[in-house]
Amino acid sequence: MKPRESDKKSASLSISVLVSTGRHPITGRPGRADQDSRAVELAMNLQGGSVSLLHAGQPTEECKEALRGYLGMGIDRISLIEQSEHADITEVLTKTLKSSNPSLVLAGTKAEQGEGSGLLPFLLAESLGWSLVSGLVSIESVENGQATILQALPRGQRRRLKVRLPAIATVDESAERARQSAFGPARRGTIETISEASHIDETLASFEIKKARVRPKRLKIVKSSSARDRFKAAAAKSGGGGGQVLSDVSAQEGAEAIFKLLQEENVLKL
Amino acid sequence: MSLTRKNPRLEWIARNRLHPEHAQVMAELDASSSPSQWMGPNGLLRRDPHRVGRMGPNGLKRIDRSGLLAGQAYGSGGKQAKAEPQKPLITIDDPAFIVAVVPDMAGGELTSHDKDVLGMARQLADADPQRQGAVLAVVFGSYRETRFEHAGIDRLVFLEDERLEGYSPERRLSRLEDIERELTPERWLFPDSQLGGAELGRRLSVRLKERPATHVWQLLSEDGEWRCECRGARERSDIVRSLPRCILALEECAEPVSENRYEVKPVELSSTAPETMIRIDNLGQVEVDPASVALGEAEFILSGGNGVKNWDRFHNAALQLRAAEGASRVAVDNGFMPRERQVGATGTWVSARVYIAVGISGAIQHLQGIERCNKVVAINNDGGCDMVKRADLAIIGDAEGVLEALVELIEQKRSEESHHEAA
Repeated sequence: MKPRESDKKSASLSISVLVSTGRHPITGRPGRADQDSRAVELAMNLQGGSVSLLHAGQPTEECKEALRGYLGMGIDRISLIEQSEHADITEVLTKTLKSSNPSLVLAGTKAEQGEGSGLLPFLLAESLGWSLVSGLVSIESVENGQATILQALPRGQRRRLKVRLPAIATVDESAERARQSAFGPARRGTIETISEASHIDETLASFEIKKARVRPKRLKIVKSSSARDRFKAAAAKSGGGGGQVLSDVSAQEGAEAIFKLLQEENVLKL
Repeated sequence: MSLTRKNPRLEWIARNRLHPEHAQVMAELDASSSPSQWMGPNGLLRRDPHRVGRMGPNGLKRIDRSGLLAGQAYGSGGKQAKAEPQKPLITIDDPAFIVAVVPDMAGGELTSHDKDVLGMARQLADADPQRQGAVLAVVFGSYRETRFEHAGIDRLVFLEDERLEGYSPERRLSRLEDIERELTPERWLFPDSQLGGAELGRRLSVRLKERPATHVWQLLSEDGEWRCECRGARERSDIVRSLPRCILALEECAEPVSENRYEVKPVELSSTAPETMIRIDNLGQVEVDPASVALGEAEFILSGGNGVKNWDRFHNAALQLRAAEGASRVAVDNGFMPRERQVGATGTWVSARVYIAVGISGAIQHLQGIERCNKVVAINNDGGCDMVKRADLAIIGDAEGVLEALVELIEQKRSEESHHEAA
């Protein structure tokens, strides 16, 4: 509880989490969005933080049902900013965040519905003039108006960053898995609706949106002037063959051969 | 008077294409015989058809037009034949417009994703022969790449500044804004990747107040009008839209450039790096416990199967190698390893750079699971098993012994290293 005592001006760290409605990856039923629920989990696990959830969208029954998934994680209330269909929510969220002025805003990397471009956090950071970090995995500490965080890199690697608050962070899908949503708290929690004027996103009308089709597999094209080479490439068996086989070697010789390969591939950290 | 001396053995070898010394003998005979073609006095190539080919085993003349024997010549000759043919160099002196690409340059080299995006940029630049564009690549910090010219880059902006090294999105963004001001590219292309392109591309397009197309996986051309197809809603929908200025493209969005070379002319920016407000400090990469890395994205895996008898030793080896642990199905079924560590079609599909299989014979499901691995090392008792056939390096012998020797070797190198540092 140190940050609470040392940082008296902001009695506690206020965190806003922007949540969207998601779809179950297999059944397609509405529910929590995976990355957003991880963001909520991160915020709830942070010591001395007060968490508020924010959603902007159409106040349909389906949407409310999906939002109850977040309430089931042990959250009391969600603010739902009423917006019409195809609305651009950047402006209204900017306004809301400016007035509530949280130290940290968390959001998923990209939405599970609509365009899913992952652009909203960047637009908010630009219009609010706050710092932005992407691929957040965990928050290590928050002190003196700076947060030390871990950022996800490919292949499970992590990078430590220090970012000045207020900041907007997008949460990576390798962050800690969200806790289960419980039925009782999900029913008891309240969804507070706030009505705001909505700006219709006109560019969206020019988009042609359809069901995703399977991307064609890239063919292995062999560009060679000689027909023989092309035939050889087409008829070649995939994989196998050509490897170096060391039989009748001592364990030491074998180990050295492996060691050499590991060093060539640069995977060994000495 | 010189006698023509025959060497029946050499002739026999020359007729017998399966003879181990056949290629060698053929190369010698070729060198000694007179040439079958030569340049005539009028500049015409003259050929003697009687000197082409060789007597086959049945007394019939055989002419090999496949280049098989020439390609098989021994020693350095074979390598020379395989040398890369020089591709034509294409120069664009006065481009009508510029397509800017900001590659990720992971480890200072163009990734395959970068090459795909450059291929897409090439498509955009070369679409209209009346209006030829140039592809400009922006490289930050430092690089090791030596094959820029083969990737389809006409112009290169190399911003050499150690502060731009590593993760520095704010500084990089301000330099990209400079390029926008000075060169005003018609399009900005980024790889939509976790390595940095996704973030930088979104930052730039927001700064330029352009609505970008993200997750682009295909370019479509309709009557000279570019459109693109993007993935949306978590891979669930496709969005077809007109092509904006900023494009964040997915992997395999276009074929990489392969036919021509390009000039890679350096471009200097007139403005120097301005002072930007830095709100993100990079404290460097964190040491990650390899055991905690998900198997699917681990870079280096030590996998054990039925041939492993002493599992403590196996775990110790994984610890020393700092490799993620994997297992075959047998090892998991027998209770030596948890289910989530199972590699293969029925477990996890892995994509490691190096995969060491200890005592795994290589069931087809397992081999499918390691299909995307770059290098496979097999340590096995049985030299005839499928894993040894798949492996890039196979050690036939006692798995335990080899592992122990490997651990000893690494410990020894580590201690040498630390001594070296101390001294």
